[in-house]
Amino acid sequence: MTREEIIKAGTKVYSRPRLLLDANMHYCPGCSHGVVHKIVAELLDEMGLDDKAVGVAPVGCAVFAYNYIDIDWIEAAHGRAPAVATAVKRLNPENLVFTYQGDGDLAAIGTAETIHAANRGENITIIFINNAIYGMTGGQMAPTTLEGQKTATTPYGRRVDLNGYPLKISNLLAQLDGTCYVTRQAVHTAAAVRKTKAAIKKAFLNSMEGKGASIVEVVGTCSSGWKLTPEKSNKWMEENMFEHYPLGDLKNN
Amino acid sequence: MAKVQGAVTVDEERCKGCDLCVVACPTDVLNLQPKEVNNRGYHFAYMANADACIGCAACATVCPDGCIEVYRVVLK
Repeated sequence: MTREEIIKAGTKVYSRPRLLLDANMHYCPGCSHGVVHKIVAELLDEMGLDDKAVGVAPVGCAVFAYNYIDIDWIEAAHGRAPAVATAVKRLNPENLVFTYQGDGDLAAIGTAETIHAANRGENITIIFINNAIYGMTGGQMAPTTLEGQKTATTPYGRRVDLNGYPLKISNLLAQLDGTCYVTRQAVHTAAAVRKTKAAIKKAFLNSMEGKGASIVEVVGTCSSGWKLTPEKSNKWMEENMFEHYPLGDLKNN
Repeated sequence: MAKVQGAVTVDEERCKGCDLCVVACPTDVLNLQPKEVNNRGYHFAYMANADACIGCAACATVCPDGCIEVYRVVLK
């Protein structure tokens, strides 16, 4: 059969999720944010939660998330997304409330909000994109930047004696009694995308069942910040990031 | 054994030519346009080797912009 015949007669097995709007995303080519947006849009549609979901957008590259996924959103001040999500969830306990944050937002300026929201056991889901860099502002060092990694503010590589160690904030959060599910995933291959989807689904279910805070860390790429092509970024991530940020469940109650 | 044939469509104006679908395809179906570009100046993806497609949707799963639709038929 020719391509046209297959498209006409075949069953459609994959298309852009209904909730992902037609607007062109501002992300750079190959950015992990797009894949995670797509997963969230797919899941909310499949779980029938699109009318109940409230997202809290961060400051960072994902600041325009509200332009791309067709649900209710609130834009929080830098790092304060878990605090805003706490209020929304406490006032509307029947809603699904999730935050979508990057590493500069969640692990630097928002560390206090993140840790205390998790420690209080708020029934929210935190989706945390860790690409080890401040992407939006031009590739400066983030707390999660790897040792020796070159960024705009560490042109000779991150030095431990000067800048400290890369922060594994998910491991910190896993120790808190308020969290029920902490996992670290990636989206560099089709198999990894499916695993991440299952992890975010579990986190959403936990939030709706009132089990406590769920954190899904997604180790992602920033090809513009890392100055690599998207394909090479994925390879660099596999070789360097996974060593320091190993994938898998850190806590699953 | 039933043979599965697939085909994909690419939203050419939405595609940013990041090459991730080309890398993800297990049967080397996709490639980026060598010369042609879309309105935003990106070399978009297309089916360079359409006969080899098995409709596995790996390309669409990894696409950050959701540009790819996958169709599948089972030949008996």
